[in-house]
Amino acid sequence: MRDTFVRTLIEIAKENSQIEVVSGDLGFGVLKPFYEQLPDQFINAGIAEQNMTGVAAGMALEGKIVFTYSIGTFPTLRCLEQIRNDCAYHEANVKIVCIGGGFVYGSLGMSHQATEDIAIMRALPGVAVFCPGDLVEAEEATKAIVNYPGTCYLRLGRGGEKRIHDKIENFQIGKAIKIHDGKRVALFSTGAIFEEIRGAEEILSQSGICPAVYTFPTVKPIDCKTILECAERFDLIVTVEEHNIVGGFGSAVAEVLSEQGNYAPLLKIGLHDTYSTLVGNQKYLRAQFGLDAAGIAKQILEALT
Amino acid sequence: MDSNHISEQLAWLIRRHGVEMTHLSGGSHIGAVLSVADIIAVLYAEILHVDAQNPDWDGRDRFILSKGHAGAALYAALAECGFFSTEELKTHYANGSRLSGHVSHHLPGVDFSTGALGHGLSAAVGMALAARQDGKKHRVFAVIGDGECDEGSVWEAALFANHFRLENLVAVIDHNKMQSLDFCENTLELGDLAAKWRAFGWNTIEVDGHDHAQLKKAFDNIDNDRHRPTVVIAHTVKGKGISFMENDILWHYRFPHDGWEYDGAVSALHAVRPEGVVDPYTPEGVPDPEKPGADADIGNDHTMSAGYHPHFFGREAKP
Repeated sequence: MRDTFVRTLIEIAKENSQIEVVSGDLGFGVLKPFYEQLPDQFINAGIAEQNMTGVAAGMALEGKIVFTYSIGTFPTLRCLEQIRNDCAYHEANVKIVCIGGGFVYGSLGMSHQATEDIAIMRALPGVAVFCPGDLVEAEEATKAIVNYPGTCYLRLGRGGEKRIHDKIENFQIGKAIKIHDGKRVALFSTGAIFEEIRGAEEILSQSGICPAVYTFPTVKPIDCKTILECAERFDLIVTVEEHNIVGGFGSAVAEVLSEQGNYAPLLKIGLHDTYSTLVGNQKYLRAQFGLDAAGIAKQILEALT
Repeated sequence: MDSNHISEQLAWLIRRHGVEMTHLSGGSHIGAVLSVADIIAVLYAEILHVDAQNPDWDGRDRFILSKGHAGAALYAALAECGFFSTEELKTHYANGSRLSGHVSHHLPGVDFSTGALGHGLSAAVGMALAARQDGKKHRVFAVIGDGECDEGSVWEAALFANHFRLENLVAVIDHNKMQSLDFCENTLELGDLAAKWRAFGWNTIEVDGHDHAQLKKAFDNIDNDRHRPTVVIAHTVKGKGISFMENDILWHYRFPHDGWEYDGAVSALHAVRPEGVVDPYTPEGVPDPEKPGADADIGNDHTMSAGYHPHFFGREAKP
C-alpha cells in the first residue's frame, strides 16, 4: 500500500509541480523513487514533526499541495496542535500521510501503533479522513486528496495488502463501496483490516450467515446514506476497524444511526479502549484483540444469538 | 520628516491603541504590546512591502506575529496602515468582533493566525522555503517571544531554516526577559540567547529593541553573504513606556482599570507624544489624572520566584 501511494504520487507530482513531499526523516527505500525523480519537490524535515507540519502549512499557504509523511502516530499525535491550528484552521492544503495505521508496526511496540488516530483526526474540523482498504483504494484516495481542497489525513497500511477491487469506477470522497450484498448482517470495514473480512465471511457462512459487505475508504465525511439504508434493511450493523472503538469509525457510524429512530443494533469491532502491551506482529496482535477473521466472526455470531 | 519620526509616531499610536483596547476589553498582555510596539512600528512604517489596498498581493513581504498574545499591537499597526478602520480596534475581544485576543487571519493583512506559542516560526520557514523554491523575492518576517523560545518547535525550525539556507527569513525575538509567571532566567534559563542562535548557524544581530535606527538597520541587513537566515535579538523592556508597568509581570495579565491605572498610562504616553500625532481617544490627554493611592500596586514583586523556594535545588532567583 505504501509503494502504491508513492508510485501514484510520483505520477501526479510529475504533472503538478506544486506537489511537495515533506518527510519526517522516514521512508528509507520507499521514498527514494520520489526524491530521485522529483528532487525539487521533496524535503526531509528531519526528526521534528512539529516543525514539519508547521512548515507544510506555510508552504501550503503559498500555493503548494504538501504531503507530510511519517509512520505510526508521529505525523498526527506528535504535532496535533500544528495540524489543528496551522493546517486545519487555515484550510491549508496539507495531506498528512501515516504509514502503519493500526498494528502494522505491531512488534515494534505500543509507541509505534496508531490506534487512536482516526478518532483524533476525525475530531478536527476541516480535516477529511481516509483509510483505504486495499491497493486500489489507496491509489484512488491518493488521487482524490490531491484535488480535495484543505487538510486531509491518509491512513495507510504498509505491505501488499490484498486486493479487494480490480478497479473502482467513479471513486467518490465520502462514499462507501459495496463489495457484495447479503442477508441479516451489514458489515462495514475501513482500512487494511479488510483483509480479515474475507476469512470472517467464510467462518460465518458455515453458520449460514452471509453478510452484506461494504468498505469505507472515507471515514470523514461519512457515507450517511449507505449507513441509513443498511440500518433499515438489516438486523445487525457491524463496524470493523484496526483502531480503538472510542471515537473512530464505529463511533462515526453510531453518530449517524443515533440520529434516526428505528435502526438495527450496532456492533463495533475494534480495540476496546486499550493499548497493546503484548509483543507480536500485526497478524498476532489482531488475533489477540479479536480482530482476526475468527475473532470478527465470533463476535458477529454472538451478537446474533 | 525623517523616517524614524514616522515609525516613532506609529509606535506611539500602537501603544495608545493598546492601552485603549485592553482598557475597553479587559484584555490581557498590555506589557507585551508595549514591549513589541517599536519592532512592529519599524516593520510596518519602514520595512515591510505590503499594500493595504491589496492585502493578498503575491509580492508582499510576509509577516507572522508568532507571539500572538501581543495581537493588539499588530491590529493597531494594520489599522493605522489602512487595512481596516481604526474604529474597529475598539471591538477587540468583543462579541461578534473580528479582533480576537490572539491574532486571527480572518482579517485583511494578517498572513497567519497565532496564539499557541511555537508555531509561527515554522510557518514562516515554510513560507520562506516556498518562496525560494518558486524564485520569489519577497522576505518573510516572524516575531517571536523570548519565553516562546522554551518551545522545542522553535529550535526545530531554527535547525531547519539554517539547513535550507533560508536567507529570505528574518526572525525577530522580542527579548524582554520576562514570560508568564516570572523572568525567563527564573523559568527556564535561556543564558546567552545570541550564542544559541549563532550556534544554530543563524546570522545573529543584537539591537536595542526600542531604538528605531538600530532596528531599521538590522532589518535592512540583507548583506548576508553566508545565505543564512537572520535573527534580530531585540532587547526590550516589558511594559515599555509606562513606568509603573515596566518589568512588572503583573502587567502580563492585568489591564489598565478605570482610575489611576488608565489615567496614569495615558498621561505617561502623552508625556512623550511625538510631534504631529493625534490621540484618537483623549486628544488632550487626561486633564485631571487620578493619582495612585497609598495602596496602589506599584513596584511589588509579582514573580513566582518571590514566593517559590524549593529545597531540592540551589539556584538563586535573579532580579
